[in-house]
Amino acid sequence: MIRFDAVTKRYPGGQEALSGVTTEIRHGELLVLAGHSGAGKSTLLKLIAGLETPSSGSVSVNGQDIGRLKATQLPYLRRSLGLVMQEHRLLLDRSVFDNVMLPLLVTGERPQDASKRVRAALERVGMLEHERAMPVTLSGGEQQRAAIARAIVNRPSILIADEPTAHLDPAYAREIAALFRDFHAAGVTLILATHDDTLFSPYGARRIELARGKLLS
Amino acid sequence: MSALYVQRMALGQASRRLAGKPLSTLLSAIVIAIALTLPALGYVLIDNLAGLARGVSGQPEISLFLKLDATPEQTRALEAQLRADSRIAALRFVPRDAALKQLAQRGGFAEVTGLLTDNPLPDAFVIEPRSENPEAFEALRRDYAAAPQIAHLQLDSGWVERLHALIDLGRSAMLLLGGIFAAALVIVTFNTIRLQILTQRHEIAVLLLLGATRDFVRRPFLYFGALQGLLGGLLAWGSVAALLRLVAPRLEGLAQRYSIVLDIGGPHLPEVLVLLVTATVLGWLGAALSVRRHLHDGPAD
Ligand SMILES: Nc1ncnc2c1ncn2[C@@H]1O[C@H](COP(=O)(O)OP(=O)(O)O)[C@@H](O)[C@H]1O
Ligand SMILES: [Mg+2]
Repeated sequence: MIRFDAVTKRYPGGQEALSGVTTEIRHGELLVLAGHSGAGKSTLLKLIAGLETPSSGSVSVNGQDIGRLKATQLPYLRRSLGLVMQEHRLLLDRSVFDNVMLPLLVTGERPQDASKRVRAALERVGMLEHERAMPVTLSGGEQQRAAIARAIVNRPSILIADEPTAHLDPAYAREIAALFRDFHAAGVTLILATHDDTLFSPYGARRIELARGKLLS
Repeated sequence: MSALYVQRMALGQASRRLAGKPLSTLLSAIVIAIALTLPALGYVLIDNLAGLARGVSGQPEISLFLKLDATPEQTRALEAQLRADSRIAALRFVPRDAALKQLAQRGGFAEVTGLLTDNPLPDAFVIEPRSENPEAFEALRRDYAAAPQIAHLQLDSGWVERLHALIDLGRSAMLLLGGIFAAALVIVTFNTIRLQILTQRHEIAVLLLLGATRDFVRRPFLYFGALQGLLGGLLAWGSVAALLRLVAPRLEGLAQRYSIVLDIGGPHLPEVLVLLVTATVLGWLGAALSVRRHLHDGPAD
């Protein structure tokens, strides 16, 4: 369970990206975070992963107050999350396989076990045949699926994706949406920021909307 | 996952980074090698010189010339005093007649001594101090210069002292030079790692996003710095050995003209190890400082 308690985020020198946000995301939920560009969606997701810290209020994940975690504890929180963030795309100097391998290198998985898990994750997103491909040779949709494989290879119970269908052709966008629906069906808690929330409405997603940093009811 | 496996992985990653850019790796190693060669070569040469000084001053002597009118009793009393002195390793009495004969035997002096009606030479004691350090020499000289039987006292430590002073000076100079070049090595590595962190900004951000600890991100850079230092150290070893081979015959020839047997050797294994370990540790240090300065905590890009 994820709790936001009167969270305000002010970037240095900027105005408030989030103001007084209080909400709760339950275990196994499919949550769609809607709002215009600049509404504070990315900021809200970053706070969950400890990529940003709240200016006031608190964010807790599974009972742990993120703001109180030591710098040495934060990596272990991140390993329990699957993150598909906009700024952290695939590394262009290595194959799809090696990109998806990264989270397992970080946790020090043995190479034999790691390879199996990488293939399983690629299979899951339908990218196994592209395992040797370099990211630049892939379409936007394929790159996004590889990024999703990287986020799920550690089998996280919470998956967070920031605009996973942005810049994708409608057909590709629908494929990605279907993929997330499958994860949700498998019991994963899903939090998706998108300005195209019609994509997920058929899947019974709960929708919350941000406008200028404030949560609309 | 074992701790060893994690280290091996980081080491492998660092080696691949080094091998992946052979030209820049070689250039950095050469810069480091140049910085290390001069002080290392200086050290080895000075070490040889110090060995030489030790060998020559192995039998340093002080000659105590007695007064011409010293009585045999006075001479025996002085001898007893010298024998009792624990600072003296060996004692030799040179009677005035023997001294004259010795002088006569030396080429060119026979005619001169033949002209003499009287033996102008005094009796003398030649002592070898136990310690060869200049202060001990000076202490002995002071003590016996005051003895009433003694007319004149001659040290052959003058040049030994100067040589020791020169060697000390050389050592300090090399130490200073070594310090300056060590700083250069650290700075070179600091900058290499700074550029690496800059070019791998995105990769680092992704790794931190995926839950990499700071240590995980740091480790390959530290290994990289250490390996680069080691590479520079190996190159420096090679160039020191080559330069020694080049200058040794010349120096030995020069020494021979002064009838000094000089046999320049080295660098020896302990010196080589010190060189390599120093280079490795300094590389590691440069990397550690750079990582501390340039690697930021958050994965924010
Ligand atoms: N790192 C940052 N520094 C300063 N301002 C930022 C930063 N990130 C976002 N902002 C500002 O915070 C507000 C919310 O941004 P963001 O959370 O990215 O919105 P969204 O994802 O909904 O488009 C915007 O006004 C944006 O300009
Ligand atoms: Mg955004």
